Amino acid sequence: MEFQIIWFILWAVLWAVYFMLDGFDLGVGMLQKFLGRNEAERGAIIRTIGPVWDGNEVWLLTAGGATFAAFPTTYALMFSYLYTALLLILFSLIVRGVSVELRGKEEGATWRSRWETAFLISSFLPALLFGVAFGNIFQGLPMDADGYHGNLFTLLNPYGLLTGIFFVLLFLMHGALWIGVKTTGDLSKRASGFANKVWYPLLVVAVLFLIHTKFATNLYSNFVGTPVLFVMPLLAVLALLGIKIFAAKGALLTAFASSCVTILSVTFTGVIGLFPNLIPSSIDPRYSLTIFNSSSSPYTLKIMTGVALVFVPIVIAYQAWNYRVFRKKIDPNEMEQGKAY
Amino acid sequence: MDVVMLSRLQFAVTAGFHFIFVPLTLGLSLLVAFMETKYVRTGDEMYLRMTKFWGKLFLINFALGIVTGITLEFQFGMNWAEYSKYVGDIFGAPLAIEATLAFFLESTFIGLWIFGWDKISKKLHAASIWIVSIAASLSALWILLANGWMQKPVGYVLRNGRAEMVDFGALVTNSYGWSKFFHTVLAGYVVAAFFVMGISAYHLLRRNEISFFKASFRMAATFGLVTSLLVFISGDFHAVEVSTTQPTKLAAMEALWDTQRGAPYNLLAFPDVENERNSVEAISIPKGLSLLAYHDGNAEVKGLKDFPKELRPPVMATFLSFRSMAALGMLFMLLSLIAWLLARKGVLESYPLFLKIMLFAIPLPYLANQVGWIVAEVGRQPWIVYGLLKTSDAVSKAVTPMQVIGSLVGFTLLYGFLAIVDIYLLTKTARKGPEDESPIVVKTNKIAGN
Ligand code: HDD
Ligand code: HEM
Ligand code: HEM
Repeated sequence: MEFQIIWFILWAVLWAVYFMLDGFDLGVGMLQKFLGRNEAERGAIIRTIGPVWDGNEVWLLTAGGATFAAFPTTYALMFSYLYTALLLILFSLIVRGVSVELRGKEEGATWRSRWETAFLISSFLPALLFGVAFGNIFQGLPMDADGYHGNLFTLLNPYGLLTGIFFVLLFLMHGALWIGVKTTGDLSKRASGFANKVWYPLLVVAVLFLIHTKFATNLYSNFVGTPVLFVMPLLAVLALLGIKIFAAKGALLTAFASSCVTILSVTFTGVIGLFPNLIPSSIDPRYSLTIFNSSSSPYTLKIMTGVALVFVPIVIAYQAWNYRVFRKKIDPNEMEQGKAY
Repeated sequence: MDVVMLSRLQFAVTAGFHFIFVPLTLGLSLLVAFMETKYVRTGDEMYLRMTKFWGKLFLINFALGIVTGITLEFQFGMNWAEYSKYVGDIFGAPLAIEATLAFFLESTFIGLWIFGWDKISKKLHAASIWIVSIAASLSALWILLANGWMQKPVGYVLRNGRAEMVDFGALVTNSYGWSKFFHTVLAGYVVAAFFVMGISAYHLLRRNEISFFKASFRMAATFGLVTSLLVFISGDFHAVEVSTTQPTKLAAMEALWDTQRGAPYNLLAFPDVENERNSVEAISIPKGLSLLAYHDGNAEVKGLKDFPKELRPPVMATFLSFRSMAALGMLFMLLSLIAWLLARKGVLESYPLFLKIMLFAIPLPYLANQVGWIVAEVGRQPWIVYGLLKTSDAVSKAVTPMQVIGSLVGFTLLYGFLAIVDIYLLTKTARKGPEDESPIVVKTNKIAGN
């Protein structure tokens, strides 16, 4: 297999795993203030992601770094074309990081409540904007020999916004299930209740997204060309249905797993549809950025493949172990007495 | 201002801000690891309290280090798209490797360390702060190999309209990068040593928790003495590296205008850039500069006039920054030597003036770090990759001045706010001193915070 193709797959995996992992952090951030009725519950909610959120975010940094190393032209153009949108994501991620880490560094209800509000906004924005960005990438960006012809507002087109809302709902669902799995008692029940409810709008938006994709993008042509690929969107749909089936039964862990599969398969569906483009041009296909015209040299790709094949499995192993160490559910009542650890 | 100037300013603000937190992370993680190891070895509760108190300060700082790092990872594409296209084939690799090798380790094991107090064994717990510390150095290594390549490009050919990597080994063994690595990491250790000594001095002045802070001070003084010496030595070796690869930078660092064999070193000097000479030159050490720059008293040192004006870096900034760094380096050796002697004799409390000096010395190593980067980066101008690519050719074409003004203002406001929060939290936590309750449950609660 050509290295470009290996790296295309790795690129997809990095993004997909990032969305799967940080997706619930972002969901937790959006939900903390609504699901946590009191100090102890909100503390418990944030504690569920305390030991893992940064490790999750590093998947994004790695996705960015890998884009730079493997497809430098895409890295350069994508980030400079989407400058303002990316900037907003950056600001949000900065604020989110400090909200998680500093909220508990001082006593006092006002201090905490302010960071909780910051946490809410800074979790919502990246969820929305990642969706908007990917929606636009699926559609293609208006670029040709003269460069880029869009701005922040051209990104906020109906399909981009729809994808953004889709991401927000997906992560809300994912985060609610995570809280449901990781906490006990009333809080857990409330979280799973929310997940059961938010599933309906998620389903509606998912269907709209699938339909709109047909008209707004070229994503389906690869699937039509190689029908066996339809397995991926099919898996996405089944997993989405699975979430509801398991969540309704109260099998939260399985529902959460379904939610993971949903996010992975949705991302893979999009990326398969893009192939071999990384960013199609919406005005002149000759200027699309493909994995062939924007990649690093074979030598660099070979080195980076070696690095990835050796180290990514190691990373997965110790991160999985980390999740295992912190597998115990968090009881808000114990949080209150300072005994939850 | 044009996009180039604005983007440079933004890079300087965001990288400089990241580098307020990074040095302390590098050094304090190591000190905390020593403390916890001592606790595990001896079972002495005081070392546990030390681990927790300094650990809490470490964590506040660490959080800021993480969030300011994210910006840098993406800025190359956002603001320096032409750069990224031109050298991405070789420069992207160390960045991606850094994330894969170092950031994952750091972020996962810090989680384990913060929240794992009663979930994993004592030994494993101490091991996780060691891993965090090692991973921090590992991340420094890769990013400095990347930066080292910009300073001294190796292992590439120009092909397909860009620089392509042909020798990964050359990138990884780049002497400039390694020399930078030792110097920078040691500089971080100095920051941490002075940080711990300064805060301990504050409490000793107030006769608060004397034994706790004497022990902390002593540990930091030893660490500070060793590392101040080493940062000096590594800086000296680094200067040789600079003079052989970037003669323009060296000439600007020393404000040397005319090429000379056996060049003297002027202890006092002040450049007069307009007239291409120095307005002050006094207390000359014969052959001093040749010795410094090449470790050979008779070596020829190139002067600025040998280079066309447009290839010279800004002389004043480079010169002043380098002078202050070197002067501070000497001061640190002196201060930490006194600190070490007094701490060893156990008579710190009887020297309140010295303790006060140490308290007010906390910002100085930070300053040395910042000016060090000014030497390295401003001194490399007008090149972004020395001898290969000009900074003015590296900037993004699709980005407008308005966009960069917007982001620059945004970063300045956001970072300014974060700086206030950080200083507020650090001072408050540092003033309060260590917690005194002993049940482990309550203490973990405090340290973990949320
Ligand atoms: C000498 C060391 C050094 C230098 C020169 C830099 N950094 Fe840094 N960086 C660190 C040492 C470090 C660190 C000590 O390892 C940090 C601080 C806190 C942490 O988690 O790691 C870090 C954090 C950190 C993070 C957050 C990682 C996380 O989420 O856990 C990113 C994305 C970067 N850095 C990226 C960069 C980039 C792109 C740089 C260059 C332009 C850069 N850093 C310069
Ligand atoms: C984290 C520590 C760093 C600090 C404090 C720092 C500081 C600076 C400063 C002060 C400038 C402004 C120079 C000028 O405008 O004349 C600058 C520019 C720059 N530096 Fe660094 N730097 C750091 C790390 C790095 C690293 C590790 C890299 C590369 C990987 C890098 C790449 C650049 C680039 C691309 C510019 C913009 C172009 C330029 O003006 O030179 N810097 N940096
Ligand atoms: C007195 C002895 C010192 C000498 C001779 C020295 C030498 C140097 C030189 C030549 C550079 C430029 C590197 C380049 O162009 O790439 C540099 C950079 C730097 N210095 Fe120093 N230095 C000294 C002390 C210090 C001290 C005390 C600190 C901080 C505590 C420090 C922190 C730095 C940093 C952070 C950099 C930028 C990173 C790098 O280029 O390695 N230096 N130093």
